[in-house]
Amino acid sequence: MIEDLQLETLINVVYEYYGFDFGSYSRASLKRRVDRIYQLDGFQRFSDFLSKIRSEPEYYKRLVEEITVNVTEMFRDPSFYKILKDEVLPNLAAKPFIRIWHAGCSTGEEVFSMAILLKEANLLQKAIIYATDINAKVLERAKKGVFGLQLIKQYAENYRNSGGKNDFSNYYIANYGVAKFNDEFSERMVFSQHNLVSDGSFNEFDLILCRNVLIYFDKDLQERAITLFDGSLSTLGYLALGSKETLKFASISDKYVQVNKEKVWRKLK
Amino acid sequence: MEETKVVGKFDVVILGGSAGSLQVLMKILPLLNVQLPFAFVIVLHRKSTEDKTLEQLIDLKSTVNVREVEDKVLLVPGNIYIAPSDYHLLFEKDNYISLDASEKVNYSRPSIDVSFESAAEIYKSKVLGILLSGANADGTKGMQIIKEMGGTIIAQDPETAETPFMPLNAIKFAKPDYILTVEEIIDFINSIQ
Repeated sequence: MIEDLQLETLINVVYEYYGFDFGSYSRASLKRRVDRIYQLDGFQRFSDFLSKIRSEPEYYKRLVEEITVNVTEMFRDPSFYKILKDEVLPNLAAKPFIRIWHAGCSTGEEVFSMAILLKEANLLQKAIIYATDINAKVLERAKKGVFGLQLIKQYAENYRNSGGKNDFSNYYIANYGVAKFNDEFSERMVFSQHNLVSDGSFNEFDLILCRNVLIYFDKDLQERAITLFDGSLSTLGYLALGSKETLKFASISDKYVQVNKEKVWRKLK
Repeated sequence: MEETKVVGKFDVVILGGSAGSLQVLMKILPLLNVQLPFAFVIVLHRKSTEDKTLEQLIDLKSTVNVREVEDKVLLVPGNIYIAPSDYHLLFEKDNYISLDASEKVNYSRPSIDVSFESAAEIYKSKVLGILLSGANADGTKGMQIIKEMGGTIIAQDPETAETPFMPLNAIKFAKPDYILTVEEIIDFINSIQ
């Protein structure tokens, strides 16, 4: 494993050369991610690693892409999707227009899951999903709506466990080992790069999902990101976090009420 | 083990296990001292759907308080912390736990190696790592690192393990400080000052 001091040096170099601040990321996880790419790319000396980051912007991009975690699946945590379907969407249904923000959408599996729920609730046509991530590469993949066919069996099982009643295979076309999800879903999505560390609010939303992103931030940055979500959420809108993340310690928590003990909070004022 | 043996100070005791380790844990928990002078972290491999059941089971069996693990919870001595399924459990400075949903390690998330290594980085010699029954190589590398950093490692005596591969692998490659039966593990934990 790389040394603490080396990690701090890297954080400073990245900030100095590229203006990106990893200083508020959880150290234990960041250290593992940096060590992973250091080993993966076969470096022997940390100074070589640093000078490559300094001198090659393309390599810096790779560093960011490899540091950010992009492990995701469709209908991850089925009980969470059940709450979306049974509690959240019915309460948004009366709105003339539904705006949703997926912050940290990675390769898009959860965005397409959301779109399927919207379609089944007959809300897809009046909804728009803004899906953002810091990593441009995963956004390119997300846009395509193409996922490995070998994963679909698990996704279909998650879908059924979340209360899905339809034939999951209606939602995609299988070909050459991949599943391409229907265009009616991606037509309702807007993908763009957004950085929770430095970018601000860009719209007002009825539902914001940010799942398993805050775990990589320290408490100060978590607080900042939650404040950003709060400022981007309409009254009576919903904020959804990952299954081990909480709003409990956030300064804005008294404005929110938790929905059915799941990681969904409704903004009351 | 001698009755009078006094074991050194530990800030964190981590117990890792896989196949065949749950019943061992169920034997250990009811016999633990109520006032443990360290934080007790449990990292078990299991299916992702079994989260609540495992927590309830452990809570039921245990004399020690079980705290729910969420991201950035504070580690407090005298409590049990169970790594949630589908997350790696890591240790931060200032005694915080953080979670990480990145790739599986040794086909496992939570991975015992990941938690062992992270604990060793933060708590150095104040870590006790215990590896129980299992069919997987997870835990061995983490034990090596705990040892390198001055901590202490124990493997369950493979003769007493339902699935001996995991402790055997650790004995072969990590040279544990102790190889103990379940009863001896309980005595060891209870004699920690």
